[in-house]
Amino acid sequence: MSLSVKIKKNLGEFKLDVEFEAGNEVLALLGASGCGKSMTLRCIAGVVKPDEGKIVLDGETLFDSEKKINLPPQRRHVGLLFQNYALFPNMTVEQNIRTVLARAGKSGDDREHLSQLMKSFYIDGLEDHYPAQLSGGQQQRVALARILASGPRIIMLDEPLSALDSFLRWQLERELMRMLETFPGTTLYVSHNRDEIYRICTKVCVINKGSSEPVCPVEKLFERPSTLASALLSGCKNYSRAEPADNGRIKALDWQTELDCGKFDEGARWIGVRAHYIKPVAAAAENTVKCRVTRVTQDVFSTIIMLLPAGADEKRDFAHIRMELSKEAAASIKTGDELFVKIEAKDIMPLTK
Amino acid sequence: MDLFPLWNSLRIAAISTVITFFTGVCAAYYIAKTPRLIKGVLDCILTLPLVLPPTVIGFFLLVYIGPLGPVGAPVMKWFGWQLTMTWYSAIFSTTIVAFPLMYRTVRGAFESFDKTLLYSGQTLGLSDSFIFWRVMMPTCKQGIIAGTVLAFARALGEYGATSMVTGYIPGRTATISTTVYQLWREGQDALAYKWVFINLAISFIVLVAVNMLESRYRQPKRAVKETLSEEDM
Repeated sequence: MSLSVKIKKNLGEFKLDVEFEAGNEVLALLGASGCGKSMTLRCIAGVVKPDEGKIVLDGETLFDSEKKINLPPQRRHVGLLFQNYALFPNMTVEQNIRTVLARAGKSGDDREHLSQLMKSFYIDGLEDHYPAQLSGGQQQRVALARILASGPRIIMLDEPLSALDSFLRWQLERELMRMLETFPGTTLYVSHNRDEIYRICTKVCVINKGSSEPVCPVEKLFERPSTLASALLSGCKNYSRAEPADNGRIKALDWQTELDCGKFDEGARWIGVRAHYIKPVAAAAENTVKCRVTRVTQDVFSTIIMLLPAGADEKRDFAHIRMELSKEAAASIKTGDELFVKIEAKDIMPLTK
Repeated sequence: MDLFPLWNSLRIAAISTVITFFTGVCAAYYIAKTPRLIKGVLDCILTLPLVLPPTVIGFFLLVYIGPLGPVGAPVMKWFGWQLTMTWYSAIFSTTIVAFPLMYRTVRGAFESFDKTLLYSGQTLGLSDSFIFWRVMMPTCKQGIIAGTVLAFARALGEYGATSMVTGYIPGRTATISTTVYQLWREGQDALAYKWVFINLAISFIVLVAVNMLESRYRQPKRAVKETLSEEDM
């Protein structure tokens, strides 16, 4: 099973230009809101037509602008779960699933198949309920059961958890994972939530203002993002423009300091450092920055300390360094303090634009 | 009291309502799918009868379906049907006048139809016609019924264009509205009052029906429950 997508579409404000391949795995499409993730899924499903490109699923061409192939969504066998689940409000749970089963041509042991499906999604007993009478979790289970009833070759999930509060979200996430483990084909998972993606997906494709970046394993995105956009999406908080200095080190322009970052890749223009990798130290040493504390903010389980490196222009967007410490470690730090912080060379991520 | 005008008005309104129902739903469905520019132009043309004086519509009808008109003359020649000054002439005028009410109300309902329901139906393998009849129409039911009732009421009360294409022939083309005018002209105020009250009663019932439908229609149909049910605990 494999899916290969290479499509372009003009969306007015920006151009969608996405290219990726996926095997039998859960591939995440990660991007900020409105970056074209959902549009990509709709193009694959066939409900929206790309301007140009090619979509191939298991060797069958679903869309090819050059050969003028554009299969209707009904013939693509691609399951798409919408954020609002899109259950037919005028039909009961059973009718919702039964209409799809009937169309999929599994009418032989219809009853048997239906009750089996309902049981495996824990929705037996809800046959006669209308979607509006169900909780969010039940609606999602019904929607997933309905998608599996259609016999999809791949499953695409469009922000399935983002409309839910945090406790319910965790419950549904576990159920989703249980379901995805039993599904043999490709799964595409669209989200802007990096935590969700880290837990659920194996590979990730970052989409930045409509343009996709190369697919990489999820771990790599969080340990070693290579672009500014993917570093931002992975939750990295500190950035500085950077250029190579003469002595093999780099100059962090926004922080007005020189740092050793190991290898500074060709084409890199920025460095990024995660907030919890920065530690205060007693005295100046290799890779330390002299800073003034400009603000101390109490977070739920940690303390956020905003630092301004000595000599940095505080009007610049990226001049401040954000350091996150445990409450105990930050207890003695006050606004206005001068201190040194250490940034390990291995924690500095060179980033291309 | 001769009740022919009531019966005649009702059959004309009923037939033109059936016609506007299908044409209005079709127009609303297909125009919602056209590109924006064409949509704007078509929308103007189809809504025009709502703002035009009915006499202008009557004028155009007489020009086209009159005995010498480009439509009226061949029909007369080949089928022997006279399209004006008969009871069914009023079907043309009432259909045109009532059409925009049906079309606009249904279009509003279709536009508020959740597109993801269409998309999910398509990806699940359901045919477009199945989705239209079994999902879209039931979901937009209230709006469609409201449009139908409005169109029926407008057709029932139509006077201007109808009086031009049907004239007033007692027992043959008389409708409630043309009868009221005729009775007033003849000074039969007592009888005219009776017809006025019949008209008031019908209009009142229709408006109450529309209001009841609209208030149900405006209520959110699908409040997704985000709270935990017992089963989720």
